[in-house]
Amino acid sequence: MHEMSIIMSMMEIVKYHMMENRVTHLKKLKIRVGKLTAVEPQSLMFCFEVYTHGTSMEGAFLEIEDVPLLSKCKNCKDEFYREEFFSHCPVCNSDFIENISGHELDVVSMEAE
Amino acid sequence: MHDILIEKNILSKNKTIAVENRKMLREKGAFSINMVGSPGSGKTAIIEKTIESLKDTVTLAVIEGDIQTSLDTQRISKYSIPVRQITTGKACHLDAHMIYHTLPWLFEQGNTQILIIENVGNMVCPAEYDLGEDMMIVVMSVTEGDEKPLKYPAIFHTSDVLLINKVDLLGYTDFHTERAMKNALKINPDLKIFTISCKTGEGIMDWCNFLMDKKKQSHPDMQHRNCF
Repeated sequence: MHEMSIIMSMMEIVKYHMMENRVTHLKKLKIRVGKLTAVEPQSLMFCFEVYTHGTSMEGAFLEIEDVPLLSKCKNCKDEFYREEFFSHCPVCNSDFIENISGHELDVVSMEAE
Repeated sequence: MHDILIEKNILSKNKTIAVENRKMLREKGAFSINMVGSPGSGKTAIIEKTIESLKDTVTLAVIEGDIQTSLDTQRISKYSIPVRQITTGKACHLDAHMIYHTLPWLFEQGNTQILIIENVGNMVCPAEYDLGEDMMIVVMSVTEGDEKPLKYPAIFHTSDVLLINKVDLLGYTDFHTERAMKNALKINPDLKIFTISCKTGEGIMDWCNFLMDKKKQSHPDMQHRNCF
């Protein structure tokens, strides 16, 4: 359950930016989670609620943008979305695939007052 | 109300420290590997066999990660090589920060040519945390089933090497080695795969020779010898 440590790292970043921007109450936080990460959005939601309790972030809405796994075939240059991790091109069946998106795990923005 | 743009990777701090760890280890001439896999897959046994095979050829050190106890450290201590336990408490993985704080100890032990880090037994979380290692090794065993790579793809996607352990038990299970390899290569076509048994010693020599080759490639000045 590393979502706990991910939430703690995330809160550290948010705390820094709240101080920098002189705001004291977080209303909304937007994050980005790629399909290739071993992170479960539902667990993130749960951990966020638990860990922000009693802090300046309590009650904030956590918006999670799921980033699909977009790949590109190095052989035929076709770009395609994948639901699975399987690494072969659906067009030419090549194994030479590079991932364009899906690794994201970012704090994007926040609304605070 | 303020809209504030942040745009920062959540694990950027871990990544920064991992980069620093990698730099320090390379400067000291240490080739480092991060062993990940389920509890009971045989990570510690593989480390023991690797030490037995290589200790007369290279200087080794081990960092053991566990949630509780120093039992694995006690197992490694009998080989008279430097070994240090990191007890993570509640955390289900090692992170770069924990390794960073262990490096001063490592550098006090003299010259280490190969550092083996055994991560906490877990097929999910260690995939996200770069420790600063040169190679990530994922261990799965015959008794876990050949569909494991499909069930836990992230760890197979991140790793460089797959060790399929306990092949001496093949006759007692429905495990198909070829299917397991095919499943793993579907996830990561670049995976280097070895089938091994710590019980019979099968495949250990191939794995150790590969490790030595990788070490030699990273530090070309080192004289390579077959480990047996």
